[in-house]
Amino acid sequence: MTKMIGQRAIASLLSLLGLMVLVFFLSRLTGDPAVLFLPIDATEQMKQEFRALHGLDLPLIEQFGRYLLDLLQLDFGESLRKARPAIDVVLEAYAWTLPLALITMSLVVVFAIILGSLAAFNVGGFFDRLISVVSLVGASAPDFWIAIVAIVVFAIGLGWVPTSGVGTPLHWVLPVAVLFIRPFGLVVQIVRGSMLSALSAPYVKTARAKGVKNLPLIFVHTLRNGMLPVITVIGDQAAAMLNGAVIVETIFGFPGIGKLMIDSILQRDFNVVLAAIMVTAIAIFIMNILIDLAYGLLDPRIRH
Amino acid sequence: MSEALLTVKNLSVDFHTAGGTVHAVKNVNWSIAPGETLAILGESGSGKSVSANAVMNLLDRPPAEIVSGEILFEGRDLLKISDEDHRALNGKKIAMIFQDPLGHLNPVYTVGWQIMEMMTAHGRPASAARARALELITRVGIPEPEKAMGKYPHQFSGGQRQRLMIAMALMLKPDILIADEPTTALDVTIQAEVLSLLKELQRETGMALVLITHDLGVVAEIADRVVVMNSGEIVEAGTARDVYHNPRHAYTQKLIAAAPGKGDIKLLDDAAPLLLEAKKLNKTYGEFAALKDVSLTLARGQSLAVVGESGSGKSTLARTLLRLETADSGEAFWKGRDLISMNARDLLGCRREIQMVFQDPTQSLNPRMSVYQLIAEGWDIHKLMPNRSERRARVLELLEQVGLSPEHADRYAHQFSGGQRQRIAIARALALEPELIICDEAVSALDVSIQAQVIALLDSLRQRLGISFLFIAHDLGVVRDFADTVIVMKSGEIVERGPTRQIFETPEHPYTQRLLAANLDPDPDVQAQRRIILSNG
Amino acid sequence: MADLSLAKPAQTSAASRGSSLLSMLWRDKLAFVSALVLLLIILCALLGPTLLDDLATRQNLRGRNFPPFSLDRGWAFILGGDSLGRPMLARLIVAANSTILIAAGTVLSAMIVGAGLGLVAGYMGKNISQAIMRLADVIMSFPSLLLAVVVLYVLGPSIPNMILVLAITRIPIYLRTTRAEVLEVRERMFVQAAIVMGAGHWRIILKHILPVVAPTLVTIATLDFAFVMLAESSLSFLGIGVQPPDITWGLMVSQGRPYLNTAWWLAFWPGLMIVITALALNLLSNWMRVALDPAQRWRLEARKTKNV
Repeated sequence: MTKMIGQRAIASLLSLLGLMVLVFFLSRLTGDPAVLFLPIDATEQMKQEFRALHGLDLPLIEQFGRYLLDLLQLDFGESLRKARPAIDVVLEAYAWTLPLALITMSLVVVFAIILGSLAAFNVGGFFDRLISVVSLVGASAPDFWIAIVAIVVFAIGLGWVPTSGVGTPLHWVLPVAVLFIRPFGLVVQIVRGSMLSALSAPYVKTARAKGVKNLPLIFVHTLRNGMLPVITVIGDQAAAMLNGAVIVETIFGFPGIGKLMIDSILQRDFNVVLAAIMVTAIAIFIMNILIDLAYGLLDPRIRH
Repeated sequence: MSEALLTVKNLSVDFHTAGGTVHAVKNVNWSIAPGETLAILGESGSGKSVSANAVMNLLDRPPAEIVSGEILFEGRDLLKISDEDHRALNGKKIAMIFQDPLGHLNPVYTVGWQIMEMMTAHGRPASAARARALELITRVGIPEPEKAMGKYPHQFSGGQRQRLMIAMALMLKPDILIADEPTTALDVTIQAEVLSLLKELQRETGMALVLITHDLGVVAEIADRVVVMNSGEIVEAGTARDVYHNPRHAYTQKLIAAAPGKGDIKLLDDAAPLLLEAKKLNKTYGEFAALKDVSLTLARGQSLAVVGESGSGKSTLARTLLRLETADSGEAFWKGRDLISMNARDLLGCRREIQMVFQDPTQSLNPRMSVYQLIAEGWDIHKLMPNRSERRARVLELLEQVGLSPEHADRYAHQFSGGQRQRIAIARALALEPELIICDEAVSALDVSIQAQVIALLDSLRQRLGISFLFIAHDLGVVRDFADTVIVMKSGEIVERGPTRQIFETPEHPYTQRLLAANLDPDPDVQAQRRIILSNG
Repeated sequence: MADLSLAKPAQTSAASRGSSLLSMLWRDKLAFVSALVLLLIILCALLGPTLLDDLATRQNLRGRNFPPFSLDRGWAFILGGDSLGRPMLARLIVAANSTILIAAGTVLSAMIVGAGLGLVAGYMGKNISQAIMRLADVIMSFPSLLLAVVVLYVLGPSIPNMILVLAITRIPIYLRTTRAEVLEVRERMFVQAAIVMGAGHWRIILKHILPVVAPTLVTIATLDFAFVMLAESSLSFLGIGVQPPDITWGLMVSQGRPYLNTAWWLAFWPGLMIVITALALNLLSNWMRVALDPAQRWRLEARKTKNV
């Protein structure tokens, strides 16, 4: 187990390193921060000083070398925009994104499993069709559009919830609801399909020949087998959410990692971008390990 | 005969499928008495499992619909009682085991738990279930029963899994055990063990046994009475001996005539020139040695059979000779040139001369190519027969040669039956006018009557065209009919070789003897005779 | 004898196979309607700019934020007017062109590159395969926002560059799917049979593997078309996608956002167009998954021959 995690950590680290190189050099192509950060009427000398201050005057390769050296001492550099350590800025944003992802994914998992299983037991029935329609429409709607329509209807029209910002629990309702729709549509379809195939598996026939009652047949014999393919999809969706919900966070003014990312990119705050990528990679790595553990817990064939 | 325990009367079941309504069984009647063994014999699609599934309330309705009939058990019609009543009966009074125990055991629970569930599901305390499960796991011959309880299905061998299924079925001492092709997926020696276990247990408990099978040998070995089914109808019923010796219905007669292992044994032509000679082939997969110093010779026009159970390395041998696998060491001379070390261009030439027919024609024929394209592909590869009309004529000729008709040329493989598909595969092999055809279990996926036709076809090709055959098979009857030399393999090694007559009549190696003893003869009298010999000696 | 019974009548020529596909489509009403809707949208996309470009760009300050469902200013204003008094309907039709062009270009180029690499990765040895997969991992985790900004800044805003950004992010989907399918298909018996006959690598890849993988790719591409549309609109919405005067539905939503309180239709209609198109694509893709699977398709065809 530890060996497996170790091997995967090394592979992920290599991928991450490749990504860092790519991001570091490509992002420098997008223009000079000195031009963006200083007032328009800044003199060439001020710009020079700004560059020297942030080490932007050195050759690119040297900048990268210094960056890596600092990184080894866990120094992620400074945020140009906020004049604070980049890692602090990123972790602060993560403190918002993590609960948002956690709450949304928990709701997705609970609702998708319950409703998807019900649809599978009632194949072709009204409820099954309803779930299909809801999940298809959910998968087809752009989230920014849903967000806008939701703001018009629920925040402006009905005034039930605030339009944007954070502070009260009510502020969380719309972001969570909008984020919920697409992963729910996807996962509920997978749950339905996988429960259907589990229900027609030969071991269910054996259980029926044994005289097992219906409830244990569904919840003991099928559910656990049916969950196996679902876990993979949940993992993918959770990974996407850990990358930050750029659109939703931007529209609702939610200070999470997605919003931080787009703001930092637009303002060439490279250190924050790089720190955000690394923190996200670590979060996704940990989550993948958890997904594997869950898999092993459910399926003895993986364990042995 | 004592009074019937279970009676199926005038049962008709339809299946409503996308392709229309299928009459799965029509007016089926059978009954079974306590302690009796009834075999329901039929080929694929005969509806042999349908009535048993109706007894167990396992038919999904829809698509199945019970059109008429009754199933009488303990004075009640099982088709009329509630699902809840049926559930209480299942496992307790009537238990069932299936063909594929790996699929039919839940992969995520321990076997101990699943066996105990048979009792806990019927309201017995777990402690009693545990004791009984241990007793039965020991009884069916699983080593270390305590440990076995905590293991999962995938940790056992196929034969052990079927034993565990049997243990599970017997937990509540049922009156009737229904076994649906219980030994079909198993090797012959394991099949013999499982069948004798079933018989012993039947003797101990006095239960009735309904055995659904396609195999005349299994019927001969175990059944008191047999009903023969063909396309949903019972065409013949009687004692196993009677049906075998005096079949009245044409279908039964055909089925019995098609049983392999009855013809004359071929004699070896010693004078033929050598075609293929393999020397000390070795192949390992990690720790597992699939081939250990395997050597063989094959002369022109000869048919050499390689016999063995699963894991014996017989398929690896074929794949190695065809360079689908790379041998670790050894040589294989094809007309004097070494196939193993040959470069790609020379190999291409040899590929034309050596063709292969695979086990499952459904998978070995590309589903997106027409029969014409399938057969003509070899000519594209080897740049033969550039003339289109010549090609077409040759394809039609080949189709005719394998017993298909010209209008089949533009159809696709899925539109044919299993036997027809294997004929297409044979036509494809013949297209390149090979000198050797390697058949890897080429008839084992086919029904018996079709098996006999395909074997006859291969035999006529051998006589007319002088093609040599390397014939890989696990079914001794088929081998006896077709081969003139036999190699017996076990765990990657050749344990015995010789002319077919010698192997079948005076086998020397104990393994060959065991293999032959386990091979079931379709004649109930022969099987009875063998049992006597076995129990005395 | 069962073995010699005649096989079922066959659809032989490509033409009759095409017509059988059409009649299968007709039988599934939802999929049929989806196909019609998509056809209509494609027609709009093809003809819209030439017919309506003038109407869609003519500004008219009197018609600013003209409310919908009124014929006072002519049929073009049935869906209202935008913030510069241009008719929404005409703008929607013209925007269909770029929206569809970007999505189609992206899907096509991502599919060709991804499937090509996937075939190689699946068929060749372990090392090449590993290298390609690691590359896909890196691409997969590269932030698409940053990629969009880089391309926007370095290459400038244009529709081909937009396609480039989106295609790069979509390549791994096709690569992974193709590779996984190839790994499975190449172990199948008919591929082994072709090897035994002496078929070379190209023949095996093109004649035996690709035709089996292709339906899956087409199904995914249909679904992906919807996804790419959503991704493009997201980027345009964030201001790092398509730039005016080019126009797509996503950009229209973004341009209508400041007027949410006063003129909801500016953002609503283009969003609805995206939803309708994506929904139709999703439904069609669901149907294709069944129709293009030879085993399942055979069942659908069998039903037809029995019923007619």
